[in-house]
Amino acid sequence: MDIHALQQIVHQTRDARRKQTIPKFSPADRDQLIHKYHPDYRASAYRPIRFGPNADEKTVVELAALLEGDSLITDEMDLTPQYTTDVLVIGGGGAGCAAALHAHHAGAKVMLATKLRLGDSNSVMAQGGMQISVAPEDSPVTHFIDTLKGGHMHNDHDLLKVMVEEGPSIAKWLIELGVLFDRQADGNLHVKKGGGSSKPRLVTCSDYTGLEMMRVLKDEVLNQKIQLLEFCAAVELLSDEHGQCTGAIFKDLDNHRFVVVAAKSVILATGGIGRLHIQGFPTSNHYGATGDGLCLSYRMGAKLAHIDTFQYHPSGAVYPEQLVGQLVTEGIRSEGGHLVNAKGERFVNELDTRDVVSSSIIRECEEGRGIRTMSGRVGVWLDTPLLDAEHGPGTVEKHFPAMMMQFERFGIDISKDPVLIYPTLHYQNGGVKIDTNSETNVKNLFVAGEASGGLHGRNRLMGNSLLDLMVFGKRSGLTAASRAASMSHGKLTVQHLQRFRADAKKHGNVSGVTSPMILPAYTRKVS
Amino acid sequence: MAQDNTNVIDQPEVMQPRMVSIEISGKKYDVPEGITVIKALWYTGQEVVRGAGCLGGFCGACATYYRTKDDPKVRTCLACQMAVEDGMSFTIMPPFPARKAIYDLQTLKDPKQDLFNLYPEAPLCRNCNACTEACPQKIDVREGVWKAVFGDFKSVSEMFMDCVMCGMCTPVCIADIAPNLVALYVSRAQGARFTEKPVGLDARIKEIQEGRYNDEWKKLLNMSEKELADHCATVK
Ligand SMILES: Cc1cc2nc3c(=O)[nH]c(=O)nc-3n(C[C@H](O)[C@H](O)[C@H](O)COP(=O)(O)OP(=O)(O)OC[C@H]3O[C@@H](n4cnc5c(N)ncnc54)[C@H](O)[C@@H]3O)c2cc1C
Ligand code: SF4
Ligand code: SF4
Ligand code: FES
Repeated sequence: MDIHALQQIVHQTRDARRKQTIPKFSPADRDQLIHKYHPDYRASAYRPIRFGPNADEKTVVELAALLEGDSLITDEMDLTPQYTTDVLVIGGGGAGCAAALHAHHAGAKVMLATKLRLGDSNSVMAQGGMQISVAPEDSPVTHFIDTLKGGHMHNDHDLLKVMVEEGPSIAKWLIELGVLFDRQADGNLHVKKGGGSSKPRLVTCSDYTGLEMMRVLKDEVLNQKIQLLEFCAAVELLSDEHGQCTGAIFKDLDNHRFVVVAAKSVILATGGIGRLHIQGFPTSNHYGATGDGLCLSYRMGAKLAHIDTFQYHPSGAVYPEQLVGQLVTEGIRSEGGHLVNAKGERFVNELDTRDVVSSSIIRECEEGRGIRTMSGRVGVWLDTPLLDAEHGPGTVEKHFPAMMMQFERFGIDISKDPVLIYPTLHYQNGGVKIDTNSETNVKNLFVAGEASGGLHGRNRLMGNSLLDLMVFGKRSGLTAASRAASMSHGKLTVQHLQRFRADAKKHGNVSGVTSPMILPAYTRKVS
Repeated sequence: MAQDNTNVIDQPEVMQPRMVSIEISGKKYDVPEGITVIKALWYTGQEVVRGAGCLGGFCGACATYYRTKDDPKVRTCLACQMAVEDGMSFTIMPPFPARKAIYDLQTLKDPKQDLFNLYPEAPLCRNCNACTEACPQKIDVREGVWKAVFGDFKSVSEMFMDCVMCGMCTPVCIADIAPNLVALYVSRAQGARFTEKPVGLDARIKEIQEGRYNDEWKKLLNMSEKELADHCATVK
């Protein structure tokens, strides 16, 4: 059927739906729903990791293969460094930029190396905002509680307390750097309510929060003349005879040569895993989100946490085909947008946590109440025109300019027509286990941002990631810098690889892949 | 299960993809109609490293020049956000060596005046409007440059909120202005120097420093798992 004909039911039922309130699930119903429909509970997608620090723990098969994968680096490689620095930051997203700026400010010699250009990352795409308890009726303690609930009580309390308490000072730092957060008429920060939050707490820059933060952070990295190495992908870490981290090896993606960097400490800020397309899901993530940091840390002996749980954002675009997987910001639901099935019914409280909303969308689709596309996809409607009906014409355009433009390019006016959505692979809830200084169990190896784990428990609350990046980027940067003054460079070896390879051999060398992946293999093989 | 077609969106282009002829950097290829420009590169067997970043229309890495069939006008787009059509020809834009000024926002004496030291070319705009025409984000770039020069930093910061820093406005400028870099400086100055300080934020920072929440923390962190869960359930 013509898409407009299918959308009629959304227009027809709008007024009736506006009078409805949909209660949130009880904890028992919620758990039942998630266990039945959330992709994290699809047992066939999982297998135990065969060896290494998380041996016998389960994760998705796509990641398990990479964790067990072999390195590009041979034992005989010449490890004479081309560069020597105090602090080596790997990754040019929000966490990497924050780490580099703080380490530099604290007086360390810093190098920032990244796979694509500085700033090409997930961070630049964050639309929904950053959770910081600034409203008078809110507090860091309430922020803590909301996050804990969202994470199903599995969050690391120490990490979480640090994050919520440092939030407000992070906002101040960003404002001093020139980030233009939305304001109320009285000059205070404007806050929105996000899914799973009991208080309005999202600070935003229109629907360009990540872009605005990254424009500023990138510019500041350049202003501070921090040494940059772009289009260089980390392919192995370096260790000394005690197993401490002493640098990294990169592959220069322009000339395919290896680059060795000696450092007193390394901060991995390599982000997420969306481009592994776990369980065949499309993703909202950037081109380089291939979980490289997990593989590198794992081979060094760093322990991972919660790597069996991933966030499938409820609203990934399903139509048009060109936008499949791309994020339709949660902001639409925060402002009252309904989710509507093919029968014109709402089926979940749209502001419940992401795992609940995603599970219920999957339920609707599996039970035949979804809308299908001819390319074999399925989804439900997100009633975007409702926002104009509710808050006055022009609301969608004014509050969601980025999203308006995205769909307009394909001839769709989201202020007039609802959008078809289905969960998209969005975020890795877990990652490399860190302490409150962002350090791993491998000395002088720090991990910050999405690549790290423990803070978010089993489901990240929306808007908490941007804050995570800033807080733990800062902590890793400051700790690494403070150590630099009183230590010298360690030996550069790949002894950890010998250990890792011996382990792999014992388990039959079955992975058959080289990791990290670096970039997804999208290029069609033309024979 | 029998597939009924009541809830299926018509997508004839998906059912029978029509192949179209396009030109990539001067070479002819046939690709399925409607795929994005970036996917056309992958489809034709090319490895993409420079030229792809976020894949979501936010980073500007995929800035591309294109022309449609028989139209002399060369346009710009973000390759990850543009569908190919028959007769289209395109080339990804190489990095352009625009000059970025170096500054410390906090120590600038008079940011509106300092603009002319940092970017002395900014007031030399010759009003050709090429930058506006080149912008894939539909920003009125020319107007922005003028507003910057006249000190209306607030308007500039609002106009350039959509700027993905693709840099397509720079190579076209006959006055060697990099409008996006000028606007970024102006926006940052607006944020850091000309925007009201949020008093509520400072108050909250002070509260935390002074230990206003210490008792609550103590209570919370000493709870058993069960007590904590019950307590959390009361917060709605
Ligand atoms: C579309 C979208 C919207 C989002 N919206 C929000 C939101 O509104 N609020 C919120 O809080 N969170 C949001 N998130 C989540 C949040 O943006 C990310 O979790 C966060 O940006 C991750 O930051 P990061 O610095 O850890 O990683 P990234 O920003 O992804 O940066 C990782 C960097 O490391 C580089 N890299 C990767 N591998 C290597 C390697 N081997 N060698 C060298 N460099 C490497 C990458 O190229 C990249 O530059 C969103 C995420 C997406 C995808
Ligand atoms: S203003 Fe310039 S850099 Fe910014 S989006 Fe437009 S063309 Fe790109
Ligand atoms: S391209 Fe340069 S000269 Fe022309 S209007 Fe834009 S800023 Fe002015
Ligand atoms: S790849 Fe980032 S805008 Fe296209």
